[in-house]
Amino acid sequence: MLMMLKGKAHKFGDFVNTDLIIPFRFKSRTNDPYELAKYAMYGIDPEFPKKVRKGNFIVAGENFGGGSSREQAPIAIKYCGIAAVIAESFARIFFRNAIAIGLPALEIPGITKEAKDGDALEIDLKEWTVKNLRTGRAFQAKKVSGFLEELQKAGGLVEYYRKNKRFPWE
Amino acid sequence: MDSFSKRILEDDSLTFAEKILNVKSVNRTALKAGDIAVVKVDMALAQDSTGPLAIKVFNEMGLKKVFDPKRIFLYLDHTYPPADEKVANLHKMVRDFCRQTGCTVIEGSISHQTIMEEQIVPGTLLMGADSHTNQAGALGAFATGIGSTEMAAIWASGKIWLRVPETLRVNVAGKFRKGVFGRDVIMRLIGQLGEDGANYKGLEWAGEAKSFSIDTRACICNNSVECGAKNSVFEYDKITESYLKRVGRKPEMIIKSGKDAEYAKEMDIDLNSLEPQVTLPEHVDRVKPLSEAEGVEVNEAFLGSTTNCRMEDLAIAAHMLKGRKVKPGTRLVITPSSRRVYLEAIMKGYVAIFMQAGATFTNSTCGACVGTHMGVLGENEVCISCSPRNYTGRMGALTAKVYLASPAAVVASAIEGRIADPGKYL
Ligand code: SF4
Repeated sequence: MLMMLKGKAHKFGDFVNTDLIIPFRFKSRTNDPYELAKYAMYGIDPEFPKKVRKGNFIVAGENFGGGSSREQAPIAIKYCGIAAVIAESFARIFFRNAIAIGLPALEIPGITKEAKDGDALEIDLKEWTVKNLRTGRAFQAKKVSGFLEELQKAGGLVEYYRKNKRFPWE
Repeated sequence: MDSFSKRILEDDSLTFAEKILNVKSVNRTALKAGDIAVVKVDMALAQDSTGPLAIKVFNEMGLKKVFDPKRIFLYLDHTYPPADEKVANLHKMVRDFCRQTGCTVIEGSISHQTIMEEQIVPGTLLMGADSHTNQAGALGAFATGIGSTEMAAIWASGKIWLRVPETLRVNVAGKFRKGVFGRDVIMRLIGQLGEDGANYKGLEWAGEAKSFSIDTRACICNNSVECGAKNSVFEYDKITESYLKRVGRKPEMIIKSGKDAEYAKEMDIDLNSLEPQVTLPEHVDRVKPLSEAEGVEVNEAFLGSTTNCRMEDLAIAAHMLKGRKVKPGTRLVITPSSRRVYLEAIMKGYVAIFMQAGATFTNSTCGACVGTHMGVLGENEVCISCSPRNYTGRMGALTAKVYLASPAAVVASAIEGRIADPGKYL
């Protein structure tokens, strides 16, 4: 996994739930991540996947990913080209799923005031920091510790298991 | 039971969540809210839109065997029977997996209601690849939702990590007014807390809530995920005991919150002053007195989902619809929450009343609740529903609007063709 990411921000508001990220009728009919990616953020902007360039980021407000447990939500985001999601806060299951599938999810209270749509950002996945290249200001995201950090570093549960032939809790 | 578990269960300073996660943990050091526990899972459920992905991940990890097939249940419920070829193929994938691993597949009965009726017992830890897994807290279990990849890991290892949650206690007082139900209680709480107000936290129900029926408890625990709650629980008591007797099961362990337990917050709900509630479209916490939405014309009234549509709800619906008609131009779709509820509704004669009233009675499936089939909304249509979520696009077109209310309010609105107070039909 690359440790330094650079990309453009796509900005969303508060309370973006998983039904908005990908409606059930699209997410429940395939396991193909690239097929799922065609509907990323469909409930807010059905054209969103066409606007994303590989390595872009999402910046969002409070409780990103609330509602359903659908892992297809972070999968659709990841496979449409988004390299990381930065939010004021995350809903519980979305945050777990993001770690499990290896989508960096960085929680930074106050980030929506510090980044505009289209800003170029730089993320250091080693330090778990975000820098806004327009303003020059840098922010520390909340870190997780122990085996959750190991999982994050490994790029998700499947990668971790393939490498170690066990789960981090075993 | 080992001495560690005994000590934990007798510790009056611990909440329900702290007790059960300690007892189930492999850590064997007393954990408190905020700590990460690695726990043994008693039961795991997945459904037809999270299960296939979990199977894919299981295969990608090169896994072959599950930790214990008797503890793993896969439900074909969200889009059942298959609404199209793609769903049919995924259902087939689930059946094949169950045949290979020995896990149980259950078809045409919604997971959260069915697991209460058939499998779960008090004092167990249930993990579900579905956010409304919380429902089983109605029987004194610790039950919470996760995603597909972690479910695949549970299938293989029988374990998972959980952060021990802080707990929020809800004290209910007073008596229900006419036309007000358990659903209004939980809606009120969601309105007060906001959709992330209980994020990462557990809920415990106390006071008058202890007199609520199992059906009402199920509704409340199910819907509690709409304020972000990690789990929601009614402690085992006489009501749980007689329910279990009826379905022929016994508790695994009786766990009660300690009398000196520390709560992150306490909330009060006074039934004496609680009116029927409504949730306005798009966000689950836009909760208002129903009177504020009265008169809004509806195209569909949906009496379904695992949040409601158990026998208690169908009895009220049958009472209200007997000798009455659904307003022409409005469709009332009734979808029972399980096969058992479906069958009981037939035996009790409710289905005949529904058909005579002009309603449509479907098999047990999530269906319209997730806009997958059987009552999907078209452009600009308006629906009143007793399902848990009113998000944009949830039940169909992005321009459709969904109001949430109790089953009785849904039926009253179907009779009038616009949002109506159930009081006069009860
Ligand atoms: S009925 Fe609705 S809430 Fe219940 S499990 Fe199905 S989709 Fe989820």
